[in-house]
Amino acid sequence: MQLENICGYLLALIAAPLLPGVINRTKAFFAGRRGQPLFQTYRDIAKLLKKSAVYSGTTTWVFKAGPMAGLAAALLALTFIPSGGVPALFSFNGDFLLMAYLLGVMRFCAVTAALDTGSSFEGMGASREVQFSAIAEPALLLGMVVVIRMTGQLSLNSGLASFFSRLTAESSPTAILLFMAWFIIFLVENARIPFDDPNTHLELTMIHEVMVLDHGGPDFAFILYGAALKMWILGALLVNLLMPVRTGHPLLDLGAMLAGMFLLAVVVGIIESTMARARLLRVPQLLIAASAFSILALLLVLR
Amino acid sequence: MHGMTENIMAVLMLINLALAASSRLTACVGLVAMQGIVIGLLPLFSREGITTRGIFLAAFVVVLKGLIFPRLLTNTIRDASVRREIEPFVGYGFSLIIGTALTVVSFWLGTRLPLPSSPAMSLVLPGAIGTILIGLFLIVSRRKAVTQVLGYLVMENGIAAFGLAVVSEIPLLIELGILLDAFVAIFVMAIMIYHISREFDHIDADQLSTLKG
Repeated sequence: MQLENICGYLLALIAAPLLPGVINRTKAFFAGRRGQPLFQTYRDIAKLLKKSAVYSGTTTWVFKAGPMAGLAAALLALTFIPSGGVPALFSFNGDFLLMAYLLGVMRFCAVTAALDTGSSFEGMGASREVQFSAIAEPALLLGMVVVIRMTGQLSLNSGLASFFSRLTAESSPTAILLFMAWFIIFLVENARIPFDDPNTHLELTMIHEVMVLDHGGPDFAFILYGAALKMWILGALLVNLLMPVRTGHPLLDLGAMLAGMFLLAVVVGIIESTMARARLLRVPQLLIAASAFSILALLLVLR
Repeated sequence: MHGMTENIMAVLMLINLALAASSRLTACVGLVAMQGIVIGLLPLFSREGITTRGIFLAAFVVVLKGLIFPRLLTNTIRDASVRREIEPFVGYGFSLIIGTALTVVSFWLGTRLPLPSSPAMSLVLPGAIGTILIGLFLIVSRRKAVTQVLGYLVMENGIAAFGLAVVSEIPLLIELGILLDAFVAIFVMAIMIYHISREFDHIDADQLSTLKG
């Protein structure tokens, strides 16, 4: 473990809450508003950490443990994510599976905490979350199989690092398909338009927002920070996939990584400003399409 | 140049999947037109490079499949005033899964049927067979006569894609003959759909089976 690896991890920890801010500023720019400050998520988290949590009488320890365990899972999953030219904190063969299922643990914590409140409304959100992520997971994992098959490397670190250099004119359709599949996963897992609108509190349309309504104070701060980390993790997969900058100098590499993430956030902001939210019935169809892209990419690599 | 052929075949497969998943008829017609244009570009990237024959064939296919067929079908849709396929026999999510499965099958078939002349173009066979299979699937899984005609057209696109990718192996006259056949078929079908919709006020082909003579 070297100093630069720790720097990469710290960069993710510090810069993750900036992503929602960048998305919000992009949306504000499109709507002709000034928008909230770039550092609003940090302020929200700081404000929430000062408050104390309120627990309803029907909840048990599951409800209290949910946010903490979720954040812990996200922090652990982040250790396997390389940032551009700088390798990840930990890396071993097959770590992509652990990474995917740590994200699964995070989701499980959120869902059980939501069910623990006993509110039928939160149960609805939990059911939707589980349904969509069950269809989304094949696309993510099959995409990782594509990376493995193409590079011959079994860890996220070396697989993602050598993916771009292995690209040729022949295999460019594979990369594009894989990117599209993972981009859909990125949008649905982070509850962005066209799958879920992070701004609404409309009961019939929200998915992620429903599950966290009963959390407050530090618990909600953990959830906000965990969501930002999750966005960084899945975004980093995309940025690493198509990152041409490998300078060999750690600081420059980290800067390029940060620039890539901000670019991704701007793209998400543009999508949110120009697209309408998809009907709930269309969401599974789009997710199946993501899996279809992954399968097609896999077929192109396998032949 | 054959990297471009591979890319075109990948695009072809994506359009197939999009066709299996979209319900708006005008969108479907647009997708089929796009497919026709993409297929029309194939002769330009054949192994012989750009030839007069290739350019002629490309122009012919693009005009016929990209302009004339969509125009005919759009007119029919307007006259029959149908906008979307309401209740297909197979739902759209499931259609997408089946479409993916058919693509997998076509990749397998592609490995079983090696082309004698051009071993390098490995996506040509899977792409063409997949397009044919999805065209067949569209015909059997949809109710509206317009979508069934679209399925026929997709099937024809698959056959044409194969022919145009290996353009030097097939005589020009046969290519043109197939295209003219397809043109006449679409022309007749458009007129048929118009008459069906005028006679019965709908173009639900499934209900034709309950007609009594």
